[in-house]
Amino acid sequence: MIFSFDLLFEAVLFGVLLGCFYAAVSIGLSVSFGLLDVPHVAHPALMIFGSYCAYVVAGWGLDPILAGVVLMPAFFVLGVLIYRFYYETFERRGSDAGVRGLAFFFGLAFIIEVGLILGFGVDQRTVQAPYIGSSWVIGDYRIPYRMLVAFGVALVLTFCLSIYLSKTFTGRAIKAVAQDEPALRLMGANPVRIKQWAFGIATGVSALAGAMVIIVGPVEPAMDRLYIGRTFCVVVLAGLGSMTGTLAAGLILGISESIVLMMAGASWAPAVAFGLLLVVLGIRPQGLFGR
Amino acid sequence: MKYWISVAVFLVLALAAALSGVNEYVFYAGYIVLTFVVLSTAWNILGGYAGYVNFGTGAFFGLGSYSAVVLFKALDAPLVVQIVAGAAIGAALGFAVGIMTLRLRGIFFAIATVAILFIMETLMVNWRYVGGATGLQLLRPEVMAPFGSYTRMLFVVMALLAVIAISVARYIQVGWIGRGLRAIRDSEEAAECSGVPTLRLKLFACVVSGALMGAAGAPMPMYLSFIEPASSFSLNWGVSALAMPMIGGTGHWIGPVIGALLLGSIQQIVTVTISNEINVLVVGVLLVLFVVLAPDGVVGLFRKWARRSSR
Amino acid sequence: MGAPLLQVKAVSKHFGGFTALSSVSLDIAPGERFGLIGPNGSGKTTLINCISGSLRNESGKIVFENREISRLPAYRRTRLGIARSFQIPRPFHSMTVLENLLVPSAYVIHLREAEGEAMALEILRSIRLADKAHVLANQLSQVELRKLELARAMAAKPRLLISDEAMAGLAGAEVDEVLDILFRLNESGITIIMIEHIMQAVMRFSQRVVCLDAGRIICEGTPQAIVGNPDVQKAYLGA
Repeated sequence: MIFSFDLLFEAVLFGVLLGCFYAAVSIGLSVSFGLLDVPHVAHPALMIFGSYCAYVVAGWGLDPILAGVVLMPAFFVLGVLIYRFYYETFERRGSDAGVRGLAFFFGLAFIIEVGLILGFGVDQRTVQAPYIGSSWVIGDYRIPYRMLVAFGVALVLTFCLSIYLSKTFTGRAIKAVAQDEPALRLMGANPVRIKQWAFGIATGVSALAGAMVIIVGPVEPAMDRLYIGRTFCVVVLAGLGSMTGTLAAGLILGISESIVLMMAGASWAPAVAFGLLLVVLGIRPQGLFGR
Repeated sequence: MKYWISVAVFLVLALAAALSGVNEYVFYAGYIVLTFVVLSTAWNILGGYAGYVNFGTGAFFGLGSYSAVVLFKALDAPLVVQIVAGAAIGAALGFAVGIMTLRLRGIFFAIATVAILFIMETLMVNWRYVGGATGLQLLRPEVMAPFGSYTRMLFVVMALLAVIAISVARYIQVGWIGRGLRAIRDSEEAAECSGVPTLRLKLFACVVSGALMGAAGAPMPMYLSFIEPASSFSLNWGVSALAMPMIGGTGHWIGPVIGALLLGSIQQIVTVTISNEINVLVVGVLLVLFVVLAPDGVVGLFRKWARRSSR
Repeated sequence: MGAPLLQVKAVSKHFGGFTALSSVSLDIAPGERFGLIGPNGSGKTTLINCISGSLRNESGKIVFENREISRLPAYRRTRLGIARSFQIPRPFHSMTVLENLLVPSAYVIHLREAEGEAMALEILRSIRLADKAHVLANQLSQVELRKLELARAMAAKPRLLISDEAMAGLAGAEVDEVLDILFRLNESGITIIMIEHIMQAVMRFSQRVVCLDAGRIICEGTPQAIVGNPDVQKAYLGA
């Protein structure tokens, strides 16, 4: 392996873009798991489902990003329904909710994955767009346009969600319900409706995230397994409940993965997210900015 | 006493079947079902009794398989040694994962088990000695008389492992350790304040569970004459090892056995008659159905029915 | 007092940026009936959690029977003689009332099944819960759950019992019943720290009372002195 600063710089650059992408796909989990404490291991599966939906909608002639945006309301509703079901079946009954909730989402992830295999087959799917396939060339470096697009969408998404959570009434209520549910109840707000709204938002965001996944690269049904590592790594590294931490954590993961990819090749890259996750859990489980 | 008599009868029957002229396929499929009995029983010791969910059964199972391959390749180790080594390595992995994450909430442990699974797979994919991504073909040693085929012998071996696993689970469940684990599952904080050394008990359950899973993995390469990372470390082992106790019933040692026999048989039938994808779908659907509608599993349903008919 | 049973020395506890306890110190004498009051969020349960070991304090020391226990895990502290009940009852819901008590009897007192059962039944009889011995814990009423909390703490044969709002939400006669149990326990030699909002219970029970507000001790003295103290009134009424 020939080490050169040029290669390293390019890897870091790519890692920054990749990192923002990872942050964006993890934001939904930041809300559903980080704030709402739902053991949502099916989040990546829903996101990949979103990728396939974007693939179908983009196949009707729409730009993939637009496809993602168009899907957001439907996914919002899906999220509300899922949370409602989860709450009524598990959280309400209290006892054993932890094990059964985890088992439920695990089963759900598998059902989604197999559903996608039955519907689309195991082959990879891609989308077409003017910005996919070409790169921006600056000097000796090539930056793929699709990564810039994902980077841009990621920033916008993170920014919008952060503003929403800190400036709007419902947004602040969502953060409040994470910190002090009894107090919220005393103020007259209904925590369940707030949580279900938040979960809906998290799932809606996943639709757009899924569109970005298929823009950044081809998708296949089993990809959700890999993304369990990436999204949970970002959310845990950030610290549960921290939105801005998600960006920082995403960058750390993206750059690490990119450097490992450059130095050791694609057969080692999948382990980076999982490895980083284990390190965080072992050394500092509350993450960088956790509550 | 009744238990040990049943165990003896079961083992005698298994041995007799293996030595008889019964169709070879019975042992081929039976080995897999018995493997699931061990895996689901092992899973339940930590998942059912203590309430800590392991998604990464494949990591322990696959590690047991790979350590058996390494020992076979390097030292021509006999099957018994492979199994003991598998158990030891599974125990060590259980301890390592446990000490790192059992202090944290249940979901962190669950996610950590997924992480271990992928890391193990990546390590084996990149290790040429064991064949890397494409895997390794293995030449089985000569079959031990009196068995007519290697599969029949492995069937009996797995039957013995199943008995060991169930006996361990039963011993834990009935004793004071089981009570402590149940207290942890019901309310860990209250358990700790009632004198239960929660971290130690959880670690113990994790180590025992890992050891049994590793032992179950050891004979697998010989069964297939082949090993490769993708199937050894598949998340599918995890969903089955989790679904079977949840379907059978997690409170009692018979639950995982029922779940494994039921779901294992269904899986064999579906995989052969329809497809492997539908097989995974069936597992997922049954898991969700039972978790939502019958949280106490088949054992729970049976108890309810027994109570109702005694009135 | 003579040698104190429990010493809390300058204990502080933070949650991120929030200070729950700020250099709290107090001594509990053996055999004492001690009351801990304060408005919601003042840090009472946090203090209890630090004493029992459910939480670790960042600075300061906790000394029990002349032995520093600040670094010990909770289960060790229970085995040394500190037991607590929980504000929101946390029964072992998959077990019967009797089985709930078998956990501390096995893990703290190290009794075998038969002896443990005998001891547990005796405790249940003393608090009039024996008729529910074989009922699953998740089928008990509120007051029965509160009694189970206390019974489980009693089964650990503690020398110090911390009762965290054992009477919250209970009505007149039920309050008296629980108070009676605590009095009898104290008579048998157990030191008791009571956290309560029901003032008349605190007044009747405590020999000494401490009032917490925003993580600090603002007043300490006899029940009468505390009730008349203007700082205490301000803390509760938020004037």
